[in-house]
Amino acid sequence: MVISALEHEKVTTVFGYPGGAVLPLYDSLYDSSIKHILTRHEQGAAHAADGYARASGKPGVVFATSGPGATNLVTGIANAYMDSVPVVFVTGQVSTPFIGTDAFQEADITGITLPITKHNYLVKDVGELPRIFKEAFHIATTGRRGPVLIDIPKDVQNAVGEFVYPENVDIPGYRPTIEGHPGQINRMAKAIKASRRPVIIGGGGVVSSGSGKYLLELAEKGQIPVSLTFMGLGGVPGSNPLFLGMLGMHGTKAANYAVMEADLIIAIGMRFDDRVTGSLDSFAPHAKVIHVDIDPAEIGKNIAVDIPIVGDVKKTLKRLMKVFKAGQTEKWLERIKSWKTEEYDGATDKDSLKVPNIIEAISRLTTDRKTIVTTDVGQHQMWTALHYCFEEPRTLVSSGGLGTMGYGFPAAIGAQTASPESTVFCIAGDGSFQMNIQELATAANYNIPVKVAIMNNGYLGMVRQWQELFFGKRYSSTTLSGSPDFCKVAEAYGIAGIRVDSPGKVEEAINRALSVQGPVVMDFHVEPEGNVFPMVAPDSPLDEIMDGRDGQ
Amino acid sequence: MKHVLAILVDNKPGVLTRVSGLFSRRGFNIDSLAVGETLDPGISRMTITVSGDASTLEQVVKQLNKLVNVIKISNITEEPAVVRELMMIKVQAAPQTRSDIQQIVETFRGKVVDVSLDSMVIEITGNEEKLEAMEILLQHFGIKELVRTGKVALLRGSKTTREYNA
Repeated sequence: MVISALEHEKVTTVFGYPGGAVLPLYDSLYDSSIKHILTRHEQGAAHAADGYARASGKPGVVFATSGPGATNLVTGIANAYMDSVPVVFVTGQVSTPFIGTDAFQEADITGITLPITKHNYLVKDVGELPRIFKEAFHIATTGRRGPVLIDIPKDVQNAVGEFVYPENVDIPGYRPTIEGHPGQINRMAKAIKASRRPVIIGGGGVVSSGSGKYLLELAEKGQIPVSLTFMGLGGVPGSNPLFLGMLGMHGTKAANYAVMEADLIIAIGMRFDDRVTGSLDSFAPHAKVIHVDIDPAEIGKNIAVDIPIVGDVKKTLKRLMKVFKAGQTEKWLERIKSWKTEEYDGATDKDSLKVPNIIEAISRLTTDRKTIVTTDVGQHQMWTALHYCFEEPRTLVSSGGLGTMGYGFPAAIGAQTASPESTVFCIAGDGSFQMNIQELATAANYNIPVKVAIMNNGYLGMVRQWQELFFGKRYSSTTLSGSPDFCKVAEAYGIAGIRVDSPGKVEEAINRALSVQGPVVMDFHVEPEGNVFPMVAPDSPLDEIMDGRDGQ
Repeated sequence: MKHVLAILVDNKPGVLTRVSGLFSRRGFNIDSLAVGETLDPGISRMTITVSGDASTLEQVVKQLNKLVNVIKISNITEEPAVVRELMMIKVQAAPQTRSDIQQIVETFRGKVVDVSLDSMVIEITGNEEKLEAMEILLQHFGIKELVRTGKVALLRGSKTTREYNA
């Protein structure tokens, strides 16, 4: 019955890991045309489905068993929740009579995941299954997207019932506002026309609603500079002259200075996260704020808003363009141009192997392909945001809100599965990669040709950077001694390994990796104590930027 | 500041946890909470009173609205509404004090619902002030045990909370 529901939802791929309480489900999967990717840990399955969803825009689906199977998903569920990714998790549960008895492999997974799912279900009756699946997919993929979990006791999986898949859903408590208020959109247009120093800040909502094209149209017609949050990267082409780069803690000077001097912030599908705003009291002190978001709870949460618009980003932008008139921004764009020349350039020292140089090389050598880049979390992630030129939406797949180390590699497996024709690069750290290194078996097993590029500096680099800057270089537990030779590990799985020690070998190695048909692990031995700049210290104003030039 | 929220929710297992969980996650202590079925047995109504600052409450209400099982939330703090609570008090009552207690109960339009040789159980409904006044008076005789239902509220006039918008 579950399989029929998935077929109705046009699910073609499921990531998962079987176990006792989910045996009936796996038994029906055995005869089905749905492809199942067996990961080597449930967390890997969760991240893979999340990466699949981000790369394709379609919901990811995960199967896991009860108890430890389900609890192993928790980080992956929280990760999808924080970044609003549509994933449907299906877990087995002990049979109904055993629920609440501390039975073998029993965990109250609906209780555990209450605060980290958009909604969840415990199915008590097989007759409810079709409706619940219909609702789950509807909830996961509409409004502000997010993960939904369905917990199915083993006896319910075994039960037989009539299968009628409902055509429509009717959930009285779930009616997301899709259309932005027309009056507010008119006010938005007037504010943009009147503004002399506007800045657009686009976020993950631009990507998930598929409105990059419309955002670019707004920017170009209005000659308005655009900054993107980490989640929004790719929302407008990175090479566009109006693009300022990412803003926030590791934002560019142009983006952060522009926000601080702007008279109008046009915030679109973003949520004013603390990594974006710096100190809230000093954020955009001269600006009126327009905030467009599908989630009313985000509006006014962190920043006072002058023109709030609850609605889908794409629909709102389309309606806006009908009434839109450009303001005068020539002087403003010139001022911004002067900041762009001040940008920090990490690529000047050519003698040591530096991460920004490697990422720029990957960027250069992959722009002519449809390339998806996934990352783990830490320095290499911020360097990727700063130095990889993301030209299209859904080409960056990375854990923004939760900041989950170990996300990148399984997410790359998921992204590659969703988009077999793409080149998929996973830019990882030596710390992060070891958190889900077991998924090398998955990549090998299914010959999923992801290219893993480990920025191996022998440290938990970002934590070490904070210890250097804020804790007097007391490197408490951030040295990663005992790490393996990653090339040998890869080879043990039958995967090609390429080690790179010098700057001169970078391009050659990347080209070699690209020419390999299957998965590749590249181990870049980079300078150990490189720091990510620019940087704004936490809870500081965005224009107090450390750029590393004067030994800060 | 005290706030009164009337919330219509699906009458399903786990909904109370979803709702109360949102309050605790934002650091709100629920002062009182009463739940019961409505005319439609598929829908329950919760009346929740909480203390806290208005902006945090606004965020909690927005988050509550996102719960799939929550159908409607009305913040009726500032609205003309009838707010009532039921309290039962087990009070020490020797034969010589019994009539004094009886008199107080009558004044407050309460009811004696159980009598034993040395105690009485008194039932009273009313608003917060009335219940507190009653409690203070009966303390004089010695309260053995006390239970309150938590507040329930209805808007005055013909308007219902379903039609209410805020």
